[in-house]
Amino acid sequence: MQQHAQPLNENLNNAEKKVPVEPFRQTLAKHGLSLTRVKTTTLQVNVGLLCNQACRHCHLEAGPKSEEVMTEETMVQVVDLAGRIPFEAIDITGGAPEMNPNLPDMIERLAALTPRLMLRSNLTALAHGERDHLIDLCKQNQVVIVASFPSLNEAQSESQRGKGVFQESIGVLRKLNSMGYGKPGSGLELNLVSNPTGAFLPSSQEQLEKRFCQVLEKKWGIVFNNLFAFANVPLGRFRHWLERSGNLEKYLQKLATSFNPCAIEGLMCRSLISVSWDGFLFDCDFNQAVDLHMGGKKTHISKLKELPEPGEPIAISYHCYTCTAGSGFT
Amino acid sequence: METYYHPQDLPKFEEIGEEAPELAKKFFDYYAAVFAEGELTEREKALIALAVAHTVQCPYCIDAYTQACLERGSNLAEMTEAIHVATAIRGGSSLVHGVQMRNIAKKISL
Repeated sequence: MQQHAQPLNENLNNAEKKVPVEPFRQTLAKHGLSLTRVKTTTLQVNVGLLCNQACRHCHLEAGPKSEEVMTEETMVQVVDLAGRIPFEAIDITGGAPEMNPNLPDMIERLAALTPRLMLRSNLTALAHGERDHLIDLCKQNQVVIVASFPSLNEAQSESQRGKGVFQESIGVLRKLNSMGYGKPGSGLELNLVSNPTGAFLPSSQEQLEKRFCQVLEKKWGIVFNNLFAFANVPLGRFRHWLERSGNLEKYLQKLATSFNPCAIEGLMCRSLISVSWDGFLFDCDFNQAVDLHMGGKKTHISKLKELPEPGEPIAISYHCYTCTAGSGFT
Repeated sequence: METYYHPQDLPKFEEIGEEAPELAKKFFDYYAAVFAEGELTEREKALIALAVAHTVQCPYCIDAYTQACLERGSNLAEMTEAIHVATAIRGGSSLVHGVQMRNIAKKISL
């Protein structure tokens, strides 16, 4: 890890100045650390904030009324970039990426350009058979599906993701299994993501994965490959809820007191560039929520000549404590 | 002081070590070892702790282990059942002493 570069200033607006925790850069400095880039290996693409759900923890406040959807022109620019620069992995996210009408074309083009193409799905966007063609396309192109599945409990899941989501998600997971996804030897990877359903930190990923594996198999005959446990980021809709419910201060303090200096080395922002729905570049998807551009400069993908150099600083703010709490967010 | 219990006092627990550091260290090391995953998972241990916390009626423990249960993947229904286990044992321990009452009553009654 680079220790010499200065981290970019945290962009603190008036609300953030009142945050009851030490600035992230100060905590880094105390530990003799800075947050800098290594070799960029992953391209993350947010194809739009349109979503069939309006989850209460969404840092981008995606929902059915969002009009921010990546255009075909921007998608072509993304594909051009992936054609010029080889990425070890490309990660398509949203909103619900399935709601972008150009997604199938993008999947076909990107799958040919990377050994690992991932699609983040809320599962319900794949329900009701309306997008079976998309599931077939994912299978044909061996797209890794990364599905949101916060809890084994219906009430907890739906408190985060909305009414009816749990049973629909179970149905889609079964369908994916029936097509080979998550099955050993199929080459079709199905991963789950569990975010806590409130103002508390996630469980140990290893223990949670073990339990989800046992319960999903026993109750519903569902199998999957890996489970990732991520803390909720105090931005967007989740931050509004934290404020309204009187949990903001305590949650931020909990994130900050759980700071783990060892987590810095493996943070995803160090090796990833994140493209917003309108084609601008960020160090991570969370920074999109607060307009904190990659390297502190607003750059459009069409203007990107080369990847950021190892050692270049990453734009940080107080929400970065989310990814350094406990075992970290990688 | 309007109440003896303040949530902000909970993080001060470790200050108890200022007066008897060696004993505190032994206690906190033991405490950490107890709650680490063993034959029981951390989730199961947190549920037991939550039930015990309700038995000893410790507000600090109830706060800490409600959060610990949620963080370790338990849900409200499981946590409520755990408290019912504590309640059943607590109520049962009163009721089972009725045997003593009956023994004594029988002994001294005609």
